[in-house]
Amino acid sequence: MSEPLLTIDGVTKTFHVARSASGNTRLKALDGISLTVGRGETLGLVGESGCGKSTLARTLMMLETPDEGTVTFEGTNPFGLRGKELLSWRRRVQMVFQDPFASLNARMNAGDIIAEPWATHRGLYPTSRERQARVSELLHMVGLRPSDARKSPQEFSGGQRQRIGIARALALNPDVIILDEPVSALDLSVQAQVLNLLNELQQELGVSYIFISHDLTVVRHVADRVAVMYLGRIIETGATEEVFDHPRHPYTAALMSASPKLDVSGTRRDRIVLQGELPSPLDPPSGCRFRTRCWKAQDICAEVSPEPQVLAAPDGTKHVAECHFPLDSIKGLTGAAAPAAAVPVQ
Amino acid sequence: MKTAAQQAPIQRAGEAAGAATGQAKAHDVVLQVRDLAVDIRTHRGTVRAVNSVAFEARAGETLALLGESGCGKSMTAKALAGIMDPVCDLADGEIVLKGTDLAALSAKERLKFAGPELGIVFQDALTALNPVYTVGTQLGEAFRIHRGLNAKQARAEAIDLMKRVGIPEPESRVNSYPHQFSGGMRQRILIAMAVALNPRLLIADEPTTALDVTVQAQIMQLLRKLREEGQMAVILITHDLAVVAEEADSVAVMYAGNVVESGPVSEVFADPRHPYTKGLLESVPVHLERGAKLKSIAGSPPELHDIPAGCVYQSRCPLVQDICRAERPVLRPAAIPSGTEPRPARTAACHFSEEINNV
Repeated sequence: MSEPLLTIDGVTKTFHVARSASGNTRLKALDGISLTVGRGETLGLVGESGCGKSTLARTLMMLETPDEGTVTFEGTNPFGLRGKELLSWRRRVQMVFQDPFASLNARMNAGDIIAEPWATHRGLYPTSRERQARVSELLHMVGLRPSDARKSPQEFSGGQRQRIGIARALALNPDVIILDEPVSALDLSVQAQVLNLLNELQQELGVSYIFISHDLTVVRHVADRVAVMYLGRIIETGATEEVFDHPRHPYTAALMSASPKLDVSGTRRDRIVLQGELPSPLDPPSGCRFRTRCWKAQDICAEVSPEPQVLAAPDGTKHVAECHFPLDSIKGLTGAAAPAAAVPVQ
Repeated sequence: MKTAAQQAPIQRAGEAAGAATGQAKAHDVVLQVRDLAVDIRTHRGTVRAVNSVAFEARAGETLALLGESGCGKSMTAKALAGIMDPVCDLADGEIVLKGTDLAALSAKERLKFAGPELGIVFQDALTALNPVYTVGTQLGEAFRIHRGLNAKQARAEAIDLMKRVGIPEPESRVNSYPHQFSGGMRQRILIAMAVALNPRLLIADEPTTALDVTVQAQIMQLLRKLREEGQMAVILITHDLAVVAEEADSVAVMYAGNVVESGPVSEVFADPRHPYTKGLLESVPVHLERGAKLKSIAGSPPELHDIPAGCVYQSRCPLVQDICRAERPVLRPAAIPSGTEPRPARTAACHFSEEINNV
């Protein structure tokens, strides 16, 4: 793997809420998150609503300040920066939003929307001629025509709007783009067009993506590595194929199993249907947060939070799961890969 | 060291069945739709949103209406349920439920006849439920109106219903309001309302689109259970190919207001006979190298006021010829390429459905 561009270490974020049913007013949205993102890499971030995906994205955009832990971007902590240095850092991390209708200002034309970031980052394209040329170039890069710059957002279809959102994110030549459910509002046939575009742009520009999605089929297609979140923690990470084909955390296995598959062979498969729903993040279970829905839970799961364990992956990649009883590895490697802690404690 | 409790809670497909109540025999035709057409009056003139749609729903089976946004699938569902927007008109067609054409009934007759026989579940449970009444009141409504029960009896029925759809502690929760339930539980309440009077037909309009994937699996499991218990015919409206592949027996693919292909799911998905169905299936990133270029359908669907003469799919079709611009293909039995007899259950509306694999 390439050297990490972005390292997140032990990031915790707690929100205070006015009141809740349990009387607890502290909501731990992120609880000790550690991740790395390499240059030119796509990290898939999956999890159900309320698991903290968006808070993590907002923290990386510096819209939230972590209570604990550090974010390191090429050796510097962006939260320590001020003034010009901060501005130049902000240029390097950009975001594309889920809703292509809400995220574009209906009173601006496409060209002005794409050029707006340069109103803050004035040094980048100082003359109006440079800006116009760059807008045309960006429109071309995302598969639109330079003449589209004069149109307003409502003249475009959903897929074209999302292309404008991508062009705006590219306007500042960022190193990392956070894609927050970038295709989930789009129809399937258009979704494929946008995924192809993102892939081409990454190969051309070498930009890193943090791809947040609930659609596992899409994540499997785009991500190099995957991180699975549950109630504010990352419970499993690893290379995409490893995590999808050999999930070690029971939640990951259940999530993969619950996600409908397009199998044209007509055979209906067996699947894991989890009972119950996500516990309230205001009142998370003690110990392992997944234990209330886990079929492997034992006493220790309620008492001790599982530590991240590095598990052997056959292709030598790093596969980490936070579970006292990780699921068996692939057939044939079972035993060899079973870590000591996998022995059930009575 | 595994105990029974440690086994994964595996749901085997088709195992959810309870005892069938014998209301309807499996595979009987419950609903037959013929030549359904819906017009919308807009300030730019009248447009046809649904055009000569035809399908059958059978007892104990799920028929999926599959299509992208704006294809007319939800409009079709609303026309079946008789809850169209006032600017929409049923322009043509028959909706035959248990031998009676709903389209020919007056609103009052329809309420009396179709109310108990046809249930509908919507996508967004929070807006579909009334925030100022308790769920018990809303669940009991069907029993008060159609069975003439008093409030106390209706409440008892509501508690039974909540048990049937798996809501914990129904005795105390019957007095709660919709906002006090989670998204998945609200969807269960909506399903309970729809199946309250054991309808023959259940229409589910994107029932799980707003839900997380683990909850989606629970709701689909519940719908399967209820379908098998009551031998209901289910019409599942969705844009999700994978949901169709897993849940439905047969599928009708809609595009720009028209059914372009229909048949058993396994056959349609394994061997599509319409270029749109083929394009959709190829847009899904499965069985591909990671990062490989996805096939996508160029362009976007036509606007309703701008639907071309001839085939509705011509502007995006790789097979398009002069005949496609001149003549609209009708839904006809799709020939199987090897020269075997066309199967009546499989239809496609394409002039070139035999040549489709040459692209």
